[in-house]
Amino acid sequence: MIYVTRRAEFSASHFYHSPALSPEENLRLYGKCNNPHGHGHNYVFEVTVGGEIDPASGMVMDLKQLKEVISREVLTLLDHRFLNKEVPVFQHVIPTTENIAIEIWRLLAPKITFGRLHRIRLYETPDLFVDYYGPPSSHS
Amino acid sequence: MASFPITEQVHLTRRYRFSASHRLHNPQLPPAMNQEIYGKCNNPHGHGHNYFLEVTVSGPVDPRTGIIVDLAELDSLVQSQVLDRFDETSLNELANFESQVPTTENVANEILRILNHHWPELRSTRHSRLEKIRLEETASNFFEIPNGI
Repeated sequence: MIYVTRRAEFSASHFYHSPALSPEENLRLYGKCNNPHGHGHNYVFEVTVGGEIDPASGMVMDLKQLKEVISREVLTLLDHRFLNKEVPVFQHVIPTTENIAIEIWRLLAPKITFGRLHRIRLYETPDLFVDYYGPPSSHS
Repeated sequence: MASFPITEQVHLTRRYRFSASHRLHNPQLPPAMNQEIYGKCNNPHGHGHNYFLEVTVSGPVDPRTGIIVDLAELDSLVQSQVLDRFDETSLNELANFESQVPTTENVANEILRILNHHWPELRSTRHSRLEKIRLEETASNFFEIPNGI
């Protein structure tokens, strides 16, 4: 198995607010990130796909195809959006780095038919990132 | 509130930095052997690095909050227990390295020990664990220790 990673970026705004918590608890837990007008990040994410080398092409997959899937399934949905308001799933799921990484997996997993999606790594800033390896059933 | 199921596990990594100097020298070995093992790093006056520390936490995403650890709480623990202790110091002078050479391997081990010791103080990590630390001595040199393996 060889793992191939493609990196992509999007810029988006979000804020954190849990209706399960009181306003005071929201402010204590999320601090500045609780501002309802949102704030933005230049997110960077890495999509890692595993596969075997095709003996004819010498490649695991067509990277252009991976780039196109990422662009179509993720970037068109998330880039230059206010995640809480414009991306339906985040109207009922808090768009934390953790949850955005899981959502990127969910968007890509059914579309990556040319390899096995192994990991989504999402950087909110260069000093904070999340790795998601898929739902428990997908772990080998 | 609808959310992803609690079984969803993620790894979250936070990156910190500190600067310190050290000298690699084992007083139990003869000078020539120290010189042979440690080379330039044996210079008696020491030398410094800008270290980068990555702390990785793993666990389920809390469906109520969407997070696996309260970052402010994690930052505060790392700041008070690691960065305040090591930043802008000469590592050889610290009690932590009285009986061990402050190689980056040993510094990493020491940081992992300190974080494990204080981990129960984090209120937001009841379901999460300290998964791994990674210490970069330079951009070309880094050490990773999976916790508990």
